[in-house]
Amino acid sequence: MTTYIIKRLLLMIPTLLGVATLIFFMLRVVPGDIVEVRLRGDSGSVSQEVIDRERERLGLNRPLPVQFADWIKGLVTLDLGVSMWTERPVTTEIGIRLGLSLQIAVMAAAIAVLIAIPLGTISAVFRDTWIDYVVRVITIGGLAVPSFWLGMIIILTLLVVFSWAPPVMYTSFYKDPIANMAQLIWPALAVGYRYAAVVARMVRSSLIEVMREDYIRTARAKGVFERVVVLRHAMGNALLPALTLIGLEFAFLMGGLVVTEQVFNLNGIGRLFVDAIARNDFILIQALVMLIAVMFIVINLIVDLMYGVLDPRIRYK
Amino acid sequence: MPAKITTGAKGLFVRLFRLAVRFVVLQPLGAAGLLVIVLMVFAAVLARWVVPYDPVVIDFGAMLAAPSPAHLFGTDQFGRDVLSRIIYGAKTALSIGFWSSFIGCTAGTAIGVASAYFGGKADLVIQRCTDLLMSFPIIVLALIVGVMLGSKNVAGVDLNLILAIALPILSRAVRVIRAAALTVREMPYVEAARAAGCSHCRAMFLHIAPNVIAPYLIMLTAFIGQAILLEASLSFLGLGVSEPTPAWGLMLSGRSSDFYRDAPWMILFPGLAISLSVFAFNLFGDSLRDRLDPRFRT
Repeated sequence: MTTYIIKRLLLMIPTLLGVATLIFFMLRVVPGDIVEVRLRGDSGSVSQEVIDRERERLGLNRPLPVQFADWIKGLVTLDLGVSMWTERPVTTEIGIRLGLSLQIAVMAAAIAVLIAIPLGTISAVFRDTWIDYVVRVITIGGLAVPSFWLGMIIILTLLVVFSWAPPVMYTSFYKDPIANMAQLIWPALAVGYRYAAVVARMVRSSLIEVMREDYIRTARAKGVFERVVVLRHAMGNALLPALTLIGLEFAFLMGGLVVTEQVFNLNGIGRLFVDAIARNDFILIQALVMLIAVMFIVINLIVDLMYGVLDPRIRYK
Repeated sequence: MPAKITTGAKGLFVRLFRLAVRFVVLQPLGAAGLLVIVLMVFAAVLARWVVPYDPVVIDFGAMLAAPSPAHLFGTDQFGRDVLSRIIYGAKTALSIGFWSSFIGCTAGTAIGVASAYFGGKADLVIQRCTDLLMSFPIIVLALIVGVMLGSKNVAGVDLNLILAIALPILSRAVRVIRAAALTVREMPYVEAARAAGCSHCRAMFLHIAPNVIAPYLIMLTAFIGQAILLEASLSFLGLGVSEPTPAWGLMLSGRSSDFYRDAPWMILFPGLAISLSVFAFNLFGDSLRDRLDPRFRT
């Protein structure tokens, strides 16, 4: 098991190197850069000399191989550079926002799992009845409703029905857990709906598949109650594929947050990413992309390891 | 009941009609989805003739008007008719949705078939590249490609926005088509074609590709929905379609959230339009999968 984990961690290196190279060169083919966004943004008439001096200061006029070597060296030493916009270290910029986004992500995951597993199971058990149709419409709806619009509708409903809007100022969980939850539960719901829908569909289809297995027929034949057949015999096997999806979608939650944080005016990683994109802040974009890649790989590793724990048939050597 | 053999134009019509009836009976949800899609296409194509108002004309006399017989869905802060903007928005959504899904799926199919056919090193490299692309949330990838390409208007549509949405679709299409093509490659008729002297190109595109048309069509429909959703999200962030082009995501962005209380219709209707259209494409895609690909039938 330990050797397996070490092997997987070593395999991360070429992947991350690939991501680092790809993102570096993708960003460098952009015609504009941050200097133009910043200096040309307000006035429009800035002399070429000023622009050149700013580029020189930010190191943008150095040859690409030099910049690339710098970037890789920084990655190895975990020094990801300084944001070209705020001039603060990107690790600081990310650090102060990561907690907020992770909290929403974890809450959304909890909401999704709590809704998805019962919903998917009910849908599979009552397959092709009106209950199944209702659940399927709800889940397909989850894939169709944009999370940012759902967020807006949630705010609108709170405003109209309770004449109350979620607070705009962020409160830390440690300072005031209730105020913190009152603020973050709504974005978590908005991104959690889609998440729940994806997982519920998976639970439904894998449960239906498992219910066709021979051992289920055996269990029924020997007179086990249907409830026990579903919950004890089938569920265990049906939930394994759902587990993969829960992990994968968790890694992808950042995508939903990119837009939803905007609606709730939250200063998280998603917001930071959109700002970095809008400002052509290459250093910050690079760092965030690496963060997403690392999260994706680590979550995949955790899911694979959990497979080994939950399913005794799988052994890692 | 044995179908009566009918010939000629009338026969074709009868057969099409029977096919449609069968589809409605077997896949009521899919048929409902198709109906919405057809209505959307009509609205988009006939936009110029069916809109009650010009979608970009500013009318300060009718700012933030509530839904009424004159303005069914109300007006926005510039007095522009929301219904007219939604109808024109269908045009934007459908054209960007269709073209990005088409480009992504078609290129992805070509690469996927080639990857499966040649195998070996080429296959390995292609698979690692798609792995790389698939480890990112699609919106993150689209944003990066978007900033990389900038914007480029061709015939009123942002070509680079279409490409930015097509890339995440492409990587997923490669994966699915490769898996399907791997089984087709082992079929005796592919070997026979090669033995009879067909070129690699001919074997790939005339003998393998036609047999992965089912997953191709399924993906094409399903990804149009995804692409519409993605376009709306990007436009909402102000990094997609730009003003004054009417687009659903754009209608929800910026200052529209200042009017939650005074003009909820500005938020309600564009979002409903996005949801309904993506919902329709998903429903139709699901039924298409049930009909065309028995392996995925659940």
